[in-house]
Amino acid sequence: MKSVSSILAGTAVLALLAPMALAEDSTDPIIIPLHNWSSQIVMSHVVGDVFASMGNAVEYVTTDSQAVYEAVRLGDVSLELEVWEGAFGASFDAAVAKGGIHAAGAHNAVTREDWWYPMWTKEACPGLPDWKALNDCAALFATPETGDKGRFLGGPVDWLKHDAEKVDALGMNFAVVNAGSAAAIWAELGAAEKTKTPIVVFNWTPNFAEAVWPGEFVEFPKWEPGCNEDPKVGMFPEKTYDCGNPATGYLKIAAWDGMKDKWPAAYATLTKVTLTNAQIAEMAKLVDIDGMEPEDAAKSWMDANPDVWKAWLN
Amino acid sequence: MTARAARGIGLAGLLLAIALGLALGKPVLPLGLIRPPEWLVQPFADWINAAFYFLQNDLGLMALTRAFSGVVEWLLDVTANLLYGKSRWPNIGPIPWVVIAATAFMAGYALKGWRLAALSGGTFVWIALMGQWKWAMETLSVIVVATPFSVFLGLALGVLAWRSPRFERILNPILNVAQSLPHFAYMVPVVVFIGVGPKAGAIVTIIFSVPPMIRMTLLGLKKVPEEVIEAGKMAGTTRWQLLSRVRIPTARAEILIGVNQVIMQCLAMVVLASFIGMPGLGQKLLQLLQALKIGLSVEIGVTIVLLAITLDRLSKAWAFRLPEHGEPSAMWLRRNRLLVIWIGLCAVGFMLARFAPYFHEVERNQALSVAGPIDAAMDQLIRLIAPLTAWLRWFLITWVLIPMRDAYLWLPFTAVLTLLAALGWAVGGLRSALICVSYFALIALSGWWDRAMVTVYMVSISVLIAAAIGLPLGIWAARSPARAERTLLICDTAQTFPSFIYLIPVIMLFGVNDVAVVAAVVVFAAVPIVRYTIEGLCNVPSELVEAAEMSGATRRQTLWNVRLPMALPTMLVGANQSVMFSLFMVIIAAFIGTQDLGQEMQRALSSTDVGKGMVLGFAIAFMGLMTDHLITRWSEGRKRALGV
Repeated sequence: MKSVSSILAGTAVLALLAPMALAEDSTDPIIIPLHNWSSQIVMSHVVGDVFASMGNAVEYVTTDSQAVYEAVRLGDVSLELEVWEGAFGASFDAAVAKGGIHAAGAHNAVTREDWWYPMWTKEACPGLPDWKALNDCAALFATPETGDKGRFLGGPVDWLKHDAEKVDALGMNFAVVNAGSAAAIWAELGAAEKTKTPIVVFNWTPNFAEAVWPGEFVEFPKWEPGCNEDPKVGMFPEKTYDCGNPATGYLKIAAWDGMKDKWPAAYATLTKVTLTNAQIAEMAKLVDIDGMEPEDAAKSWMDANPDVWKAWLN
Repeated sequence: MTARAARGIGLAGLLLAIALGLALGKPVLPLGLIRPPEWLVQPFADWINAAFYFLQNDLGLMALTRAFSGVVEWLLDVTANLLYGKSRWPNIGPIPWVVIAATAFMAGYALKGWRLAALSGGTFVWIALMGQWKWAMETLSVIVVATPFSVFLGLALGVLAWRSPRFERILNPILNVAQSLPHFAYMVPVVVFIGVGPKAGAIVTIIFSVPPMIRMTLLGLKKVPEEVIEAGKMAGTTRWQLLSRVRIPTARAEILIGVNQVIMQCLAMVVLASFIGMPGLGQKLLQLLQALKIGLSVEIGVTIVLLAITLDRLSKAWAFRLPEHGEPSAMWLRRNRLLVIWIGLCAVGFMLARFAPYFHEVERNQALSVAGPIDAAMDQLIRLIAPLTAWLRWFLITWVLIPMRDAYLWLPFTAVLTLLAALGWAVGGLRSALICVSYFALIALSGWWDRAMVTVYMVSISVLIAAAIGLPLGIWAARSPARAERTLLICDTAQTFPSFIYLIPVIMLFGVNDVAVVAAVVVFAAVPIVRYTIEGLCNVPSELVEAAEMSGATRRQTLWNVRLPMALPTMLVGANQSVMFSLFMVIIAAFIGTQDLGQEMQRALSSTDVGKGMVLGFAIAFMGLMTDHLITRWSEGRKRALGV
């Protein structure tokens, strides 16, 4: 019995001294999915480079950010580094229910998604960020397709946001127009910037856009549990959705169930990965503002923050 | 004949009157005649899903497709290693860019001479110097695997269809539908059966590019003259020899045009396949567009166009090169002069790459870029025309698009069906009327009527605007051969330029609304109209034009009374393609933000809902097939009337 525990202690010491020696990871490549926003791509390359430094083979595939949970579940890709509560919580939960995928960790970051405006809008409508002030300025946001109502540019319909319900519940003089992709929102913002046209769009944090276009979220009545389902909760006793979105959503890391056994060392590292809002925005900035390639941005970020990623190794 | 035609027109008129009556009487119509009632809508999507579930799980097709994709993946790994050094067997890559550029140069020279050599060599030099080498090679590594697969699959199916008329009868309608299904409809089942990644990209590319190959093989084999076969038989060939040594070589020109079509389709798929994980230029392009890097995206677009034109010209040169028979007495060195030079160049290339890494791969930070000026120009342009686009946006939305859209949605579905029946009857009698009605009745039964009408509205306004721009442009360009050639080159470029690049500038100009969608679609819809107007006008027999001029017709009279009527059948082919391109582009324009079938298609892709994706795909295919039928029938009638 004693010998067993001393062996265990020995292994533990060994494990501390040389994590790579313990890594009997499969030589098959770990497949990391990439999506269409830069923080996720850079973060994936950072974690991929860390795995590679441990002797693992790593490969990247570009996938749809909703379909990826099905792919993780089947083991076609090995993990997912950014599971946003608001955007992907439903897909993730559905995949978890089917089995094969689990949360391997969480970032020390809060996610928030709601109505948002770039700073030049505030000059035209000084009462912001209060939503009542926004509503009073509705005419500033009018477009031909919305008539005399203000236009709110929402995300794609399949993001399942309840903006139209919110407009109705709060009695706002706005019409919701859904963009077909995130790129469409950025393109509108880029165009509005050139002429300093007031604009209010769907946006989220952490995100590169906050670095390109400084701005603020609209402050709606504070979210409280039940406000979206129970008419009694919230500002108007007869309405649901009479509040903003929760300002503190999670940002998790998901992994394929088989990863633990196939690449135990890499999995152990993955569970320690955690990043903050600022670090994630910094990654996005390297690509979106400084114009680096994601691979180079990952290397440069790792050079600048060695203590962050080295802490994941043991 | 005239009496029958008159009766046909009469019946069509009657149907038209009924359609009008249904539309005007909408307020008193029962609800079931305005929109398909609940009980009529069939759950097609559930049926397809059940069928797929059966195929996937009970028939064990999943094992088969995964095995097939295993083979494809192995091949992809080999090319990936050679072209961009992915760590896979045979682990000798990547080949330095100078060697590949030299190879392309020599291939161009051997096939056609200096000009093609400069184009193909220059393309690879551009790719390398712009720092896009790795992405371009990721793309090429998929294309060089997908193309042979498509070619052999197409050849085999084409031969089978030629052998067995029954098989051809089954295959023909399948090909018709397959060629009018939008790209995204193929992707959903591929994700289910194959997964995501390069292999899924390769397989969706193969599926998408096979139909034209089958068509051209069949066409070529049918055209082989009887005398050639007789000669072959007299030489005592077996059946296999007759096919492989006589028929296929004789059908060479058509078959190689098929190969060329396959290559073009592959490059068209490059960007779209990145939605299911195909790496390379397409994936990079999407990432750059997401970050509004227009200049860098245009650079990639130029690369895709250059690759398309190079591969197009190379394969055409190969197709039309007659087999050479060198003098057997000449020395080996003399006969294989080009081969020796190529080997020499490659050796020099490998040496260069060894000593100067720049010649092995140009790093991103050493790359040249023209993105800065392009972005600045784009920025200036947007500022400059912002007042004009703001007015245009207001005008089109308030006075054209919203009224038109409302009108399309307001129409009772029975009125639309009757109208189509009238149209079909006027063009091709009972058969055409039945065909038109059944295509749209199926769309009504699918339960996507409103969204389908939005798609129809956007396609019809886009094609109208495209015709208003394209017809005068085509007529103008057809006046001199040099101008025609230049305009056709622009058409080629506009068509191969990845459609996604248009989406961001149109949003910046017009915002997220239907004007932006229509603007993006018009670019694509105008190209075939311009092209076929030019081809039609240029191919009018010169005797006819001269005869008209001799009899004292003015230029305008010659154009309106002689050249345009003669060119009409060709121009109708352009109109047909224009509708097809618009349908595809409207689906892609869902990325701007639409409320039509495309938006639902996008959702089906992200939730991997095979049934829904297929139903939507078929709805779009049916619209295309109906237009195709109407235009083809009408054009046949015109041709008969003209006696050509």
